[in-house]
Amino acid sequence: MNYLARRLLTFPLILIGVSLLVFFSIRMIPGDAITAMLGTESGLLTPAQRQALAVYFGIDQPVLVQYGRWLTGVVQGDLGISVTHGRSVMTIILERFPLTLQMALMSMVIALAIGIPAGVLAATRAEKSTDVVVRIFAMLGQSTPGFVVGLLIIYVLSVYFGYIPTMGSFVPFWVDPVANLAQLIFPAITLGFAFAASVTRISRSAMLDVLSDDYIRTARAKGVPKRSVVWHHALPNALIPVVTLSGVEFGYLLGGAVIVEQIFALPGLGRLTLEAIGQRDYALVQGCVLFIAFNFLVVNLLVDLAYAALDPRIRLGAR
Amino acid sequence: MTFKFSRTVLAGLTAALVASVGVVLPAQAANLRMAWAQDAAGLDPHTQPAFSSLRLLELIYEPLVRHDAALDVVPAIAESWSFSDDGLTLTFKLDPNAKFSDGAQVTADDVKASFERLLDEATAAVARSNFLSISSIEATDPATVVFTLSQPDAPILVAMASINAAILPAKAIAEGAVATKTLGSGPFVLDSWEPNSREELSVNPNWAGGEIAYDGISISVLPDETAILASLRAGQTDFALINDPLIATLVPNEANLQLNAVPGLAYNVLQLNPARAPMDNLKVRQAISCAVDRQDVLDTALVGEGKVTGPLTMPAYAVDPSTLFCYEQDIEKAKALMAEAGVDGFTAKVIAATGEPPVASAEAQVLQSQLAEIGVKLEIELMELSVYVDRWLAGDFDMAVAQNGGRADPYPMYNRYFTKEGNLQKVSNFADDEIDSLLQQGRVETDLAKRKEIFAKFEQRITELAPWVWLSTSNTYTAQLKTLSGFEPSATGTLFGLTKVTLGQ
Repeated sequence: MNYLARRLLTFPLILIGVSLLVFFSIRMIPGDAITAMLGTESGLLTPAQRQALAVYFGIDQPVLVQYGRWLTGVVQGDLGISVTHGRSVMTIILERFPLTLQMALMSMVIALAIGIPAGVLAATRAEKSTDVVVRIFAMLGQSTPGFVVGLLIIYVLSVYFGYIPTMGSFVPFWVDPVANLAQLIFPAITLGFAFAASVTRISRSAMLDVLSDDYIRTARAKGVPKRSVVWHHALPNALIPVVTLSGVEFGYLLGGAVIVEQIFALPGLGRLTLEAIGQRDYALVQGCVLFIAFNFLVVNLLVDLAYAALDPRIRLGAR
Repeated sequence: MTFKFSRTVLAGLTAALVASVGVVLPAQAANLRMAWAQDAAGLDPHTQPAFSSLRLLELIYEPLVRHDAALDVVPAIAESWSFSDDGLTLTFKLDPNAKFSDGAQVTADDVKASFERLLDEATAAVARSNFLSISSIEATDPATVVFTLSQPDAPILVAMASINAAILPAKAIAEGAVATKTLGSGPFVLDSWEPNSREELSVNPNWAGGEIAYDGISISVLPDETAILASLRAGQTDFALINDPLIATLVPNEANLQLNAVPGLAYNVLQLNPARAPMDNLKVRQAISCAVDRQDVLDTALVGEGKVTGPLTMPAYAVDPSTLFCYEQDIEKAKALMAEAGVDGFTAKVIAATGEPPVASAEAQVLQSQLAEIGVKLEIELMELSVYVDRWLAGDFDMAVAQNGGRADPYPMYNRYFTKEGNLQKVSNFADDEIDSLLQQGRVETDLAKRKEIFAKFEQRITELAPWVWLSTSNTYTAQLKTLSGFEPSATGTLFGLTKVTLGQ
């Protein structure tokens, strides 16, 4: 518990650091909301017009004043207003998050459901042909870029099946479960493809390590059936690096997957952040990055707690 | 344990997959399903210059007048107009049937309020500089508006045909609700807008322009144009905007699709900066112009999709480009000019924006290889659009590959760059007495034949002085299912032609 409390105490400090970093780096990029909106036409503005726009976009004050105002809002749970959407940043993020979360969960399920069995299979048949086949697939999966897989899926579906998943808008699960799954399964496969490959490789090497441990030899000597040795004695320990990898990967996925969202035209967090940067929508960029950082922290904490559950030897707080 | 769980999940996923392919989505009420890659950036027609915003707002608002497919000015909210003999007053009669989508009549007061908002510097309206000759606006009766001008201004009518000069309800202006709520007199009403995701429009029952053969438009934002093509191919989208010429060339290969290509008004250009040596030397600039093979740039960088152009891209004023200075590549002449200038090759940096337009970096590379033949070594600097815009506006470049917007009239298209008071004078860094006077003559002359002569002279002179090397116009593309009929494309890129469409089966 005291470990938990200490971990939770560092949360706000990290988030303040992140907010400072984002706040000033987004302002260091050349161009502001005015040039992003007007492009080359911004050269036609008179000084009075430019001033009016700066007031409208809230960039007429000194940067430190802007930061102070923004931080005061954040502490009160107000992330500000997005100038491009004309609505509160929090509302927009919460609208986009269900899609991102669902896609991350589906990709993770796909990756673990394929990766762990494949990794275990390869480890128990080390250096046999099964192992080689699994390893080749894992290499392929890790080295094929997501946009290639995504475009291939779209191409095959549209040319050979005359079908294409719903694009442009998101159908929530509670509105129409079938349409929702039909829409998200292909992007999830695209994301899960590379993810599954890394899970396969990690679980294979972890399993190989564990299988040569003393306690496994003991279990075998006691006459425990082979299947039980693999799945009950070895697997929980071999899962620790898999949990680490999945945690990090899941944290990334919660930040949205920009390329897959672009290809499948899904309104998720990744595209939201990218578009906000392009349009120099400062409040939205800050809100998104803060939200993503917060998710990362939470996922990391959960991963650390999962270690303890998997391996009693890890004593939290004794570090 | 894990293994069992994952097997059930897998089975479930497979079932969902099979089910999803088998499910046919119910057709909505007869809506036109449209897709584009670039979404509108905002809803205020007076402050949004981006093409992507104009395309949406042109469906919701109306200006006083609009361009037809031949780029002639035709009635919109105004049913007729006339200049006084001295060219100092411009009178509009409004269409008695023009109504906003809430049923309120469009009156002279709305027109007056809209133009006052445009001219107010606090609005930061993008078209304000086109209307500076307006000295007063008077609503003489509910259906008559009189503009009094400080000097004759023939192009003002063309400037009024832009959605950037849309007529807004005086009530909405007073409430300050223009940027957040749309209330226009155009063919459609915006029911919902989720930026960068989707728009829903329904037909405006009060529109004065006639019946529309379907119930509304559902727009999806599909940022990847490959996905737009796939969506058309699968019949999930009826109509789409295409920006990338490479994607456009793939459309005709599909049995169920039709491509509409129209040469646009925007022009691709290599801007030289005469403020920097050796580009301050006329002969060097001319040598660069002679060394460029414009057709080759078009064929290679734009995969032949477009046409070689002089400065004037609008059909009413365009001349055969082969009559312009050095429009056929002439390396011998270019080398001779370089020798006359006493310049033995030099190195210059050329700036270009990534993806804006999609062909910019390819153009820069072709030009790099062509200019190498006369000893001009180009270093290409590719940058993000906002960074590029900053550098471009500051005139901070040796050369720039650009795509600049066109207008239906030459004066508003070039006065900003090449008149001495032009507010983009810093971008061109180029002024010339004769060019200045030709543009001013073209501004006050109302007779079309005389204007054509004036601007033909302007075009000859500017290509000879070669501050810029004009290359080509790109096509604007739309792709549609063949079952759709009646769409009229326009060089301005407007989608107003969708009002004539019928959805087939």
